[in-house]
Amino acid sequence: MIDGNQVVEVVRALGFTHVLWIPDSELGKWNDALSVAGTPRLIRPCREGEATAIAGGLCLGGARPLTILQCTGFFEAGDSFRNFVHDMKLPLIFLIGIRSYRAHQEGRSADTCPVFTEPIIKAWDLPYALLPGDFNATDLEQALKRFVKGRRAGAVLLGE
Amino acid sequence: MPMTLDEALPIVATQRGDRIVITTMSSAGVWPKLSDAPLDFTYIPSSMGQGPSLGLGLATAQPERGVIVLCGDGSLLMNLGCLVTISQHPANLWLLLIDNGLYEVTGGQPVAGARRTDYAALARAAGISRVYTVSEKADLEKAATEIFAGAGPVFVWLRVEGRLGQKTPAAPRPMAEQIRRLREAINGVKSEW
Repeated sequence: MIDGNQVVEVVRALGFTHVLWIPDSELGKWNDALSVAGTPRLIRPCREGEATAIAGGLCLGGARPLTILQCTGFFEAGDSFRNFVHDMKLPLIFLIGIRSYRAHQEGRSADTCPVFTEPIIKAWDLPYALLPGDFNATDLEQALKRFVKGRRAGAVLLGE
Repeated sequence: MPMTLDEALPIVATQRGDRIVITTMSSAGVWPKLSDAPLDFTYIPSSMGQGPSLGLGLATAQPERGVIVLCGDGSLLMNLGCLVTISQHPANLWLLLIDNGLYEVTGGQPVAGARRTDYAALARAAGISRVYTVSEKADLEKAATEIFAGAGPVFVWLRVEGRLGQKTPAAPRPMAEQIRRLREAINGVKSEW
């Protein structure tokens, strides 16, 4: 997986102004780079539904937020997601880590996160791209760009 | 005797200046009688509890403007962590907690910890330094100028009478129209973002 500095460069290049971020054990490695980035400005909410709402407010006010979270947090954030993306029709973009994805693919994990993440994303009618394993900065940029250029809500799922 | 919502909100209206006002739940039924300007945002349909976080995002994106959020106690209890986030990411946000002890729009059932929870202490413990507690109309009138002067974040615990028999409030206009009006009012923010 790419490092934090590369993530910051991708996020900057795509014009995101703020990152809403609740780390997990994989994405948490980006912490230092995101903390000192300046732009995008890092905001640390307490829960993922809250993160989605802050992103909604930022978007309403003219900023371009990216919300980075783990799939478990996306499960928690369902009602907030429903409201801000579907009721309010805000083009919020998410970067979502799928816990245990690679281990599950290899039959080494009974974690249910990989079982439920894609069906739940589909149930919420959220377009997504999946980066299943090792990926580079260009892969991430291309996956995010699809939603940025289309000015629509979407998610990039990262297999952890 | 605590003040009523109908007594409290006109005092807020006189002080709001050009701030954005986000209303939720009970306050959404009262505020449109006082003001129906493009900077008034009725957060309906909502995700219950997310009004303060919506306000924090708006206040962060529009740092010169200021945002007032009118939030019920039942709503805040669903998102208490927002107090910590608000204190850690200071913005010109006025969070006015309408504490009536009830889930008013669902028929008046008591919220958890009704009339026992010290919301001012919670806000201070989360790190918000400008915290006010007001129960009487006269006290709100006296404190209002100070409350709305200076920079946010500010937390105001408004203890009001509970009302029974209330209908679920509706927004005065569809969400898409509210968003368009708000964005035009805040310097023509492009609607695609």
